[in-house]
Amino acid sequence: MEAFFVWFQWLYDETGINLTYFYDSFDRGRMIGGFFTTIWLSLVCLFFSTIIGIIGAWLQGSRLVWTRRFVQGYIQFFRNTPPLVQMYFFFFALGNLLPRVKNEFGFMEPMLGNFTWAAISLSFFAGAFNVEIFRSGIEAVPESTREAAEALGYNRLQSYIYVVLPLAFRVCLPALNNNLVNLVKTTTLAYAIAVPELLYVSNQIWSDSVNVPEMMVTLLILYVALVGLLVWAMHRWERAIRVPGYGI
Amino acid sequence: MLRKILGLTVAAGLAATLAAAPAQADSIDDIKARGTLIVGVKADYKPYGFRDPSGAIIGIEPELAQDVADKLGVKLEMVPVVSSNRMQFLEQGKIDLMIATMTDRPDRRKVVKIVDPNYYSSGTNVMSQKAAGLKKWEDLKGKPICGIQGAFYNKKTQEEFGAKIVAFKGTAEVYTALKQGSCVGFVYDDSALIAQLQDTAQWGDYEMGLPTIDDAPWGLAVRLGEGKFAKLMSDMIVGWHKSGRILELETKNGVANTPFAKAMHEKYKNM
Repeated sequence: MEAFFVWFQWLYDETGINLTYFYDSFDRGRMIGGFFTTIWLSLVCLFFSTIIGIIGAWLQGSRLVWTRRFVQGYIQFFRNTPPLVQMYFFFFALGNLLPRVKNEFGFMEPMLGNFTWAAISLSFFAGAFNVEIFRSGIEAVPESTREAAEALGYNRLQSYIYVVLPLAFRVCLPALNNNLVNLVKTTTLAYAIAVPELLYVSNQIWSDSVNVPEMMVTLLILYVALVGLLVWAMHRWERAIRVPGYGI
Repeated sequence: MLRKILGLTVAAGLAATLAAAPAQADSIDDIKARGTLIVGVKADYKPYGFRDPSGAIIGIEPELAQDVADKLGVKLEMVPVVSSNRMQFLEQGKIDLMIATMTDRPDRRKVVKIVDPNYYSSGTNVMSQKAAGLKKWEDLKGKPICGIQGAFYNKKTQEEFGAKIVAFKGTAEVYTALKQGSCVGFVYDDSALIAQLQDTAQWGDYEMGLPTIDDAPWGLAVRLGEGKFAKLMSDMIVGWHKSGRILELETKNGVANTPFAKAMHEKYKNM
């Protein structure tokens, strides 16, 4: 392993291609940390934004006018504002209003840290789109199918969970894929509130070693790989849950 | 018609070039003939160069500029500069002399004539709550410390002293994060921190308790090839150190005397 790292030092000396995160153990630690922070942040946001989408789409079909208005207001707010602005708003404006707690060093710090705020703001941002995506799927389920479920004695929640959602899910999966791919790429915005994800650590490394082109190429390759993995998994899933004869 | 317009454009262009061309010969003669010394100073770097409520530029560096003008027996005119244009202003002849918190670096010496000896210096320090009681750099271990994205000392603070750096884009974000407690301190240029700490209404509970590290000298500069002017400025700087003028200006502007200024005074006072 050591020889592998030394080879990159040699590569730098010979060609000027400076991949510090291979031969400098400090940079390597930062890079690995950044990679896993990105993955963790992505997973958290993927999970919560999908949950928000499913629940939001169900509430959108509610009989109560105020529930529908509330969901609509949420969608308008999060879809019509830039995610970077939301992130700043959550971290600097809302974060200030929260009660403070004592940390391990005995200082008062805000209750929620920057990672939590990034996860919250990105989940709500992508969730707003997911609500609309699930609605498109729900509306594609024929009225007759829903009536059949009703005739079998399902109530509204049961018919949503057992009949409408499974069908709707298959219809909206391609659109959902798109949004989730976007979400993974949007995690780079967490850089603005100092969450140590990939872009943030790359920026730190290129400020120290002035190897901007190398770090840019590294970033692009890593994101192509990450998003490629997500798309591959989603396509497999899409195929696995295909209902023969349903036309999807 | 077209030819006429072209001719006019060329003539106007030529005239503009001529007007903007820097006075080559010897600037001391030019300055004396003109009756004014034009100095580039900072206008946003309290207390080294900033604006008073009336809009006039004051501070330590403007006072040094005034000393030079007095020495030459001419009036002083100050032009506010920022870090990204100060060397260009000097090269283009917009200013005769630059005293603008510039760190003395070899690559800069290739562009402008930095006068020896250095007149001032600044280093890296941490501003934190007094209650935090940070006294040595090792005290930072494991604590979240704010920084500016792209600053060269972030890595050192993290690697050597074990701090957890939380780096933001600009100082406004950092000061907000510091106020709300997202970090214990802020690692930055000590000269800028001194300036921030002067605002005691906002930052009364904060201090700069660590010893300054990575001290880097500041240089004032004239255009390349200005041998006579550079010599005069070199004598001026030695004079300032000798008489303790820098120390006096620090005290006057509410800055604790820096080790560099003290050392230079010791070095030159008996010469």
